[in-house]
Amino acid sequence: MKPFVTLSTRACPLPVANVDTDQLIPARFMKQPRSAGYGAFLLHDLRREPGNAAAVLDDPRHAGAQVLVARRNFGCGSSREAAVYALADHGIRCVIAPSFGDIFASNAVKNGLLPARLPEEQVDELLQDALVLGGGPIEVDLPSQTIRVGNKVFAFEIEPVWKTQLVNGWDDIDMTRSYAAEIERFAAQDAAARPWAAPAG
Amino acid sequence: MADTARTIIDKIWDAHAITTREDGQSLLWVDRHLLHEGSFLAFDQLAAREARVARPDLTFGVADHYVPTRNRDAIVPEIRGMVEQLVGNCAEHGITLFGLDDRRQGIVHVTMPAQGLTLPGLIVVCGDSHTSTHGALGAYAFGIGASEVAHVMMTQTIWQKRPRRMRISVDGRLPPGSTAKDIALTVIARIGTDGAQGHAIEFAGSAIRGLSMEGRLTLCNLSIEAGGRLGLVAPDETTFAYLRGRPFAPRGDAFERAVEDWRALASDRDAPFDREVVLDAASIAPTVTWGTSPEQALPIAATVPDPDRVADHGSAQAVRDALAYMGLTPGMALGDIRIDRVFIGSCTNSRIEDLRAAAAVLAGRRAAVPGLVSPGSSQVKRQAEEEGLDRIFRDAGLEWVESGCSMCVGMNGDIVPPGERCASTTNRNFKGRQGPGARTHLMSPAMVAAAAIAGRLTDMRPLLAGRTP
Repeated sequence: MKPFVTLSTRACPLPVANVDTDQLIPARFMKQPRSAGYGAFLLHDLRREPGNAAAVLDDPRHAGAQVLVARRNFGCGSSREAAVYALADHGIRCVIAPSFGDIFASNAVKNGLLPARLPEEQVDELLQDALVLGGGPIEVDLPSQTIRVGNKVFAFEIEPVWKTQLVNGWDDIDMTRSYAAEIERFAAQDAAARPWAAPAG
Repeated sequence: MADTARTIIDKIWDAHAITTREDGQSLLWVDRHLLHEGSFLAFDQLAAREARVARPDLTFGVADHYVPTRNRDAIVPEIRGMVEQLVGNCAEHGITLFGLDDRRQGIVHVTMPAQGLTLPGLIVVCGDSHTSTHGALGAYAFGIGASEVAHVMMTQTIWQKRPRRMRISVDGRLPPGSTAKDIALTVIARIGTDGAQGHAIEFAGSAIRGLSMEGRLTLCNLSIEAGGRLGLVAPDETTFAYLRGRPFAPRGDAFERAVEDWRALASDRDAPFDREVVLDAASIAPTVTWGTSPEQALPIAATVPDPDRVADHGSAQAVRDALAYMGLTPGMALGDIRIDRVFIGSCTNSRIEDLRAAAAVLAGRRAAVPGLVSPGSSQVKRQAEEEGLDRIFRDAGLEWVESGCSMCVGMNGDIVPPGERCASTTNRNFKGRQGPGARTHLMSPAMVAAAAIAGRLTDMRPLLAGRTP
């Protein structure tokens, strides 16, 4: 996984709460392998809805933006990792929001996408910031957990474990394999302690 | 001994923690891993690493998300490919699969508990957010993404941070006509779709104890719509009676031994919860959603909210946006909302008791709109047919079809046409969930049946007068 340290880019303001994973990628687009690319499906239906805020994705001022700013409970709903694929393949590397759906946030980190939590008022401030709205520069620094827009600096939150993983580009599976002996020992003890846990039949 | 008093959430966690790192992450043992067609992305990750499934004996697959509910002999190639991919992957890794022709085929969260594969105290994961359903049996069950599915496949373990604990207590007696679905929608409307974020929920209280196992499955299913990591109910006599004799459940002495262990899972008397929510069962009425989020739910006698009366600017905007999408006017009575079709099915409400409740309303009556009834599993379908429920649905003018996720998520082509309005027993009223431009109202099976007859949202209680639900 590609490490995430700093990002110097522009932002896409999406002043919407509860952006669910069905919006991030409608279910009908999930049949293809990851290698085929999911970027074209990002917010596919919402950005075509007349007057919807998601049209910002197609605004030339925000072209190439790697940061998305949204309201609370971003990524709620289904566990589809394709929602993260759609964001990542579109080029988004960081989503800033007051809160995230639990499964979405976990999926994001596994794909090198930073879910940065800012208090509601600060997200509002970002969403109204002239630089953000105009497609001006924004900087995200993960080690210091800061976001810089013009002369404003915001301190964001992230689970320490996720920060470590993102900064190092670590892969869970390789790490888990180093615990192979513990896992084997646990499985043997557990089978004796809970004989009923094995499927009968 | 208050210091050592533990919740059921912690007891199951502690029994599965293989190791805990300094950063607080624990490596948990997984007892059951459930797969469906969507798991192909994880199988692809395995193939890329040339890895094998570590414990195929603890892994079970079922075809549900893409399966056709009609004309299974003439499946379009794109859909057939999704099912065949699952068949191939399961065969290659020696995983038991309940495929299209298997008598046990059905929606993963309906058929696996019915097969006795979900047991109290187990950790159950699946690449589907509604895995929370299995908590009804006292299992610690949660949805995961494709990368985590691949991790579980390769190691039979998963890294997790211990969740905060929330107890939602519902005491008293539910009024006639109110169901587990109404409890869930009422809870979600109260705490919001992120109300339980970062939390594992234990549902407790006399009204929860009084629910049947199928009611508990509906309730726990909707935990994720409150943002919860999972939702569970401590196992009790209802649980044990449900499990006894199920195909994959322990038998004989092993069952009795298991029951002893299961009884010990209940939260200790003084176990600490990080958050408590208390509801009075008597105050829970038949409830419907009006908007595009499950938290936008109200009792059927209420009116559609007016965004101009919502103080918070962001919330007012969300209400305005939802009403525009749903084609509703502020202040109109929920009972005046006309519908175009109905759907009875999904992992939320497609079990035999759900079908009976809908049939009790529909018996001898005609639906004013078209609709689809898709039983939660092939087994549920057979049982319903033995009871003659299929005749009631057909005589009412509804389509009686095969089992699958169907019109809840529209992946198999069962969709609500753009702009149409559907009264649905499902779990998500998100924009486009049942098809691009589709408008969804969530409610209980009996409420959907009543809506079908009236051609609009309506209180089903008058329709049940003199009938046994």
